[in-house]
Amino acid sequence: MAIKERMSGNEAVAYAMKQVNPDVMPAFPITPSTELPQFVANYIANGEMDTEFIPVESEHSAMSAAIGASAAGARTMTATSSAGLALMWEVIYVAASTRVPIAMAVVNRALTGPLNINCEHSDSMGARDSGWLQIYAENNQEVYDNFLQAYRIAEHKDVMLPIMICQDGFITSHAVENIELIEDEKVKPFVGEYNPEHYLLNPNEPMAVGAYAVSNYCMEAKKAHAEAMKNAKQVILDVAKEFQEISGREYGLFEAYRLDDADYAIVAIGSACGTAKDAIDALRAQGVKAGLLKVRVFRPFPAEEMVAALKNCKAIAIMDRCESYSSQGGPLGAELMAALYRGKATAEVINIVYGLSGRDIRVEDVEQIFEDLADIAEHGTDDTYWYLGLRE
Amino acid sequence: MENQFNFKEMQERADRLAPGHRMCAGCGGTIAARNVLKAIHPGDRAVVGNATGYLEVSTFIYPYTAYEDSYIHTAFENAGATMSGVETAFHALKKKGKLDDTYKFITFGGDGGTYDIGLQSLSGAMERGHDMVYVCYDNGAYMNTGIQRSSATPMYADTTTTPAGKVSNGKPQYRKDLAAIMAAHNIPYVAQTTFIGNMKDLYTKSEKAIYTPGPAFLNVMAPCPRGWRYNAPEIIEICKMAVETCYWPMFEIVEGKWILSYEPKKKLPIEEFLKSQGRFKHLFKPGNEELIVQYQAEVDRRWEDLLKKCNM
Repeated sequence: MAIKERMSGNEAVAYAMKQVNPDVMPAFPITPSTELPQFVANYIANGEMDTEFIPVESEHSAMSAAIGASAAGARTMTATSSAGLALMWEVIYVAASTRVPIAMAVVNRALTGPLNINCEHSDSMGARDSGWLQIYAENNQEVYDNFLQAYRIAEHKDVMLPIMICQDGFITSHAVENIELIEDEKVKPFVGEYNPEHYLLNPNEPMAVGAYAVSNYCMEAKKAHAEAMKNAKQVILDVAKEFQEISGREYGLFEAYRLDDADYAIVAIGSACGTAKDAIDALRAQGVKAGLLKVRVFRPFPAEEMVAALKNCKAIAIMDRCESYSSQGGPLGAELMAALYRGKATAEVINIVYGLSGRDIRVEDVEQIFEDLADIAEHGTDDTYWYLGLRE
Repeated sequence: MENQFNFKEMQERADRLAPGHRMCAGCGGTIAARNVLKAIHPGDRAVVGNATGYLEVSTFIYPYTAYEDSYIHTAFENAGATMSGVETAFHALKKKGKLDDTYKFITFGGDGGTYDIGLQSLSGAMERGHDMVYVCYDNGAYMNTGIQRSSATPMYADTTTTPAGKVSNGKPQYRKDLAAIMAAHNIPYVAQTTFIGNMKDLYTKSEKAIYTPGPAFLNVMAPCPRGWRYNAPEIIEICKMAVETCYWPMFEIVEGKWILSYEPKKKLPIEEFLKSQGRFKHLFKPGNEELIVQYQAEVDRRWEDLLKKCNM
């Protein structure tokens, strides 16, 4: 029997961390992910998990120690947000290219300028080209479920890449919701033991990690990395299928919500999708064919699958909780528009930047977007990139 | 714990830094790495770490490694943190019964990667008490990128970012005292040494550092023929002069107790260290006598301070 509980998103991830009980966790405090190392430290202090916790002096050292621990053969996790992820920048690339399957809980928060502690996807979106896997969640249940699946994906021999398990800072990390936890006796065999093929502490063979590679070899390493990222797509689906067997919950690369016959669609990431679903239900009741594509997996980017799911839409609004200062829109907008072009899509497509630095998105806001989409589907528009809910 | 130093036995001991790497002839960093690693007892396993620097890019060029032991390099400023992760993984895996007890953790950084950009990571690793040795091979500048000044660069050295010129005498500041900073971490073992005689001092300090439980720090002066501009075979004479002038005193700090390893019978003037190096050439131009007087005063002040710490 699943365990019914009430938990915040951070509590849920920490509970998943306890159940997985990785070998090593280096971490540094930063709002709003600080609770994760706190919860883990408490579990350890009370003998409920035996992870070795390293209270490092910075996030750069958190990721550096994580690479060392993972390369040494230990299942390794960490957690961070915003400036913490930014400080890791250099070494997140090293982690990915070293092909160490670290799981990192990212509690999404705005990067500074101005200083702000609230939800935005600029931190992990900035890391989108670092070669990490990235999975996002709408709510506490999803982020819990995603963390339980993390190592099965990251440690798969066809993948061997680090993974970010992202959730929206404060909106889900600190909001308490109902949740169904899975019993330890189901979680442990599902996650399994980490038995790496090669590792520093292997008594039978030494290993060297972190070579200087000249131009003759570097490009092949990067291509192999890109192939591993491609391989991850099927692995994510396979792991989700197995996870469904122990949880009863279904996951894919994205969720298509009332999208099959939708004329107008919103594409979004994270907690805003819950708000969008409410708006869509209300609009559907009025006969408006509205739908949602909720991105779960951003890396690898499921381009062809998303284009196929959106093929019957007349107008699409791509929602970015992140500005990329390209003068054209946000990162999801850029990538999905490129995919739609390659897929020869004919829908009108706009890109809306919303919810920066924790600004609310309301059901009425989403309803207005669908109203705009209906108008754009009929008349077209030159204005394909705007901010939602900006002060006058 | 401490074995009697036996020169012959040490020479016969297999190298853990294999030949065939691409370091310059006469490189001090290589001498440091090779000899420190020789202090690991035969049969014991190690994971060797490295900050980015010339040692790294010359000893592990894909697909070749010069290390007989497992080895990890991740970046420039994080050798301390990286090895702290490896060491922690060891404890985690040992707790699960997956490993035996024969691993030693030794990481190398140049002075740029240690005194400057890697100081925070090193400080964190030492403060947390990881059972590891951090070895700084100190050649007093960013040699890998082309002889830029670091906080370990000696005063008045001519470097590419503190060039001696018409209105400049080279680096204006004296060097940071990293051994004292490490001692202030109250770790069980800190030592400073260089290449003297048959390497007994380097060997015994390396062995102590490796086999003392808890964090240990070794500061090894490792001259660079390119950066210091001397005739490469003169390295041993230069190290000797560094010690005999008290520019580079050899000492250890065991459980907080400062112990002088060597006191020159007659302290030589600092010119004896400076004169054979091209980077100090401008100090010997007529009119610059006062600079050498100042230099001597700073060396004397630091030496007296060290003698006090050693209760001498």
